[in-house]
Amino acid sequence: MNPTPDTPPEDTAGPVRRVGRRAFLGLVGLGVLGVAVGGRVQSVLSNAAGSGLGGVLPFGNNWRIYTITGNYPLISRDSYRLQVSGLVDHPTTYSLSDLEALPATTLVKTFQCVTGWQVPDVEWKGVRLADLLTAAGVQPGAVGVSFDSYDGADTESLTIDQAHLSDVIVAYEMLGKPITREHGGPVRLYVAPMYGYKSLKWLSAIRVVDRIEPGYWEQNGYPTNGWLDGTTGNTNPRLGLA
Amino acid sequence: MATLDRTSSATADHLLRFDRVQRTAHWLNALLFGALIVTAIPLYFGSLFGLVLPRHTVEQIHLYCGLVLPIPVVVSLLGQWGAQMRRDIRRVSFWTRDEVHWLRRLGRSPLRADKFNPGQKMNTIFVGASIVVMLGTGAILKWFQPFSISIREGATFVHDSLSFLLALVIVGHIIMALTHRDELRSMFLGTVSAQWAARVAPRWFAEQPHDPAP
Repeated sequence: MNPTPDTPPEDTAGPVRRVGRRAFLGLVGLGVLGVAVGGRVQSVLSNAAGSGLGGVLPFGNNWRIYTITGNYPLISRDSYRLQVSGLVDHPTTYSLSDLEALPATTLVKTFQCVTGWQVPDVEWKGVRLADLLTAAGVQPGAVGVSFDSYDGADTESLTIDQAHLSDVIVAYEMLGKPITREHGGPVRLYVAPMYGYKSLKWLSAIRVVDRIEPGYWEQNGYPTNGWLDGTTGNTNPRLGLA
Repeated sequence: MATLDRTSSATADHLLRFDRVQRTAHWLNALLFGALIVTAIPLYFGSLFGLVLPRHTVEQIHLYCGLVLPIPVVVSLLGQWGAQMRRDIRRVSFWTRDEVHWLRRLGRSPLRADKFNPGQKMNTIFVGASIVVMLGTGAILKWFQPFSISIREGATFVHDSLSFLLALVIVGHIIMALTHRDELRSMFLGTVSAQWAARVAPRWFAEQPHDPAP
């Protein structure tokens, strides 16, 4: 229906220009630029915006709450129990107050998700996983530690050496308060040197096992060793998976 | 009333604005955008919404809708059936000085409008470029392993910010459609009246081969 499809539409108002193509390429270029500098822009903007809006707008350092099952398990502080079992001399069950009575460790770190968002300066308090393993008495032949969640779906794993790192804790406080339900409370794992998906929420059981059982996210394609960029856990060959 | 066949242009008093290929591509594109928005909301505002489906399922739906998103547009540009779509893309690409001026003055300058006015052209360009950028940044988020954390942060930032902008533009697009019934009708049935074309798109109307004076 256009009689001359190969010539641009003429008009009396001067020569036509390929404004559209330039605008299209310009917008795509802006997107590429945003990927290159977006991380820095985001931190500047979120500092400027403060914590109010930052929780919702895309430039905020906001938590993205992930749940596999679609809801957050509700576990009261009184009924919470943590089982330590498997290849150990003394299988143990801890209540929340049992955990709070043990020597506490506090860590302040940037929480970093593998997909690129992060929240700076998050304070965690809890018990070193190494202390719980030592108390239980790890038997020879133990290779990995598997973790179960009260959500009934999430699982995680660490090598026995990773599990003994001093910044791997069973956490019950976040930012000075009990961990909320949506953040995995009352008790969750916090694996500071690795990406967030390794820090399993609503921790229900710690099992010492004779092999590495890849967790939920690893079965969905994430690396089993979730070291943060720049942390070189792999320089110690015992810490990485062969 | 014109037939809906893309090969038959129109009757004397009706002009074909969107052929069947364009309409199909538009509505498939709209369907995919709708699915992407519906799945994006609980993925982004996970702390505010309980999920109806498990998060992983919602993610998979979002991922696959995103991956197939360009297909309707690309297919509508190909081959013989894409001829009118390609002509319209050229219209969107070529601008007169008047059109640039009209956009700068937000519609408050005289314009002998083409088939699409500069606002409609910018909408097409913005949505088109957004598809490319959202696909690229979404791919970085999904297949993140080769990319540094700084690139992943940038991709998250762009994907999230642009989704907010896109949502605004799409809401505006829908409001414009609902308040412009002739245009909306042509996206369902294909045609507009000659009177409409003479009034709203005079430069396009003047190009028509069978050109009864209005």
